[in-house]
Amino acid sequence: MNTRITIAQDSAEVPVFYLVDEHEHAEGASTPLGFWIYLMSDCLIFAVLFAIFGVLGGNYAAGPSPKDLFDLPLVAVNTSMLLLSSITYGFAMLTLEKGRIGATQIWLAVTALFGLAFVGIELSEFAHMIHEGATPQRSAFLSSFFTLVGTHGLHVSFGLVWMVTLMVQVAQHGLIEANRRRLMCLSMFWHFLDVIWIGVFTFVYLMGMLR
Amino acid sequence: MSADTHVVHADHAAGHGHDSLRSYLIGFGLSVVLTAIPFWLVMSGVLDSRKATALTIMVFAAAQIVVHMIFFLHMSARSENGWTMMALIFTLVIVGITLSGSLWVMYHLNVNMMPGHAMSQMP
Repeated sequence: MNTRITIAQDSAEVPVFYLVDEHEHAEGASTPLGFWIYLMSDCLIFAVLFAIFGVLGGNYAAGPSPKDLFDLPLVAVNTSMLLLSSITYGFAMLTLEKGRIGATQIWLAVTALFGLAFVGIELSEFAHMIHEGATPQRSAFLSSFFTLVGTHGLHVSFGLVWMVTLMVQVAQHGLIEANRRRLMCLSMFWHFLDVIWIGVFTFVYLMGMLR
Repeated sequence: MSADTHVVHADHAAGHGHDSLRSYLIGFGLSVVLTAIPFWLVMSGVLDSRKATALTIMVFAAAQIVVHMIFFLHMSARSENGWTMMALIFTLVIVGITLSGSLWVMYHLNVNMMPGHAMSQMP
């Protein structure tokens, strides 16, 4: 009796309730979507920081207010730096599609220079504020300001490190499939940071001056 | 007729490239305008009402974010079979709940915790 059951089980087609074979995935085919989901999670981080700034942005603790601290022409220059770096990265992607390695490297370098100018201007602005005593410890407004704007600046800085790394990669291995994929991800990252900056200059700097 | 087909063919051969250059340039132009106007509004103080200025620059910011999404990030309902759009919509819902919820709750907390209010209740 026992043996008969075993035999029956062996000979019968074992039912499968799940996908046995991994169907074909081209290497890196899911990277763009995965990276996009990472960007969305990053977006949530910034949303929370914006919410914090929205709640605490008016608490000056009798300290300096946005009107005493912000220099709108400088912010306008900074904004144009980031916007220009966005379009030059776009040009890098266009030359990448045509496979022109030299032009791609030049556009990446130009983008990195604009990004560096952005970080430099922002750091000098921070240094100026801290020199005037407007440190993150001064008031809740300044704590949330430095956290929000600093986090964005940190993202741009890491983007620059990434960009230099990719320029070295492209110089060493050329425009291979993997490098194209990486440059595409950095492109999304870079444009995404520009989108976040729209929120920063509108809600922090411009609205700050209106408070 | 032959010129027409030639143009179509050239466009197809150049493929994505031509379209993209135009899309980047349009996006850049729109962004410059959408950035310059809010800065001008605030720096010159053209609008008398602060509330009106604030609302206007918020509308400009929203418009510019959409411009960046379409022309720089190349968002469309079709990319990745619509999954990027789904992820974006989901994120926007969460962001909306987080922002409006925080601001709403904390505003009312602030109003009810005002020192003046507390003092008036004191004997």
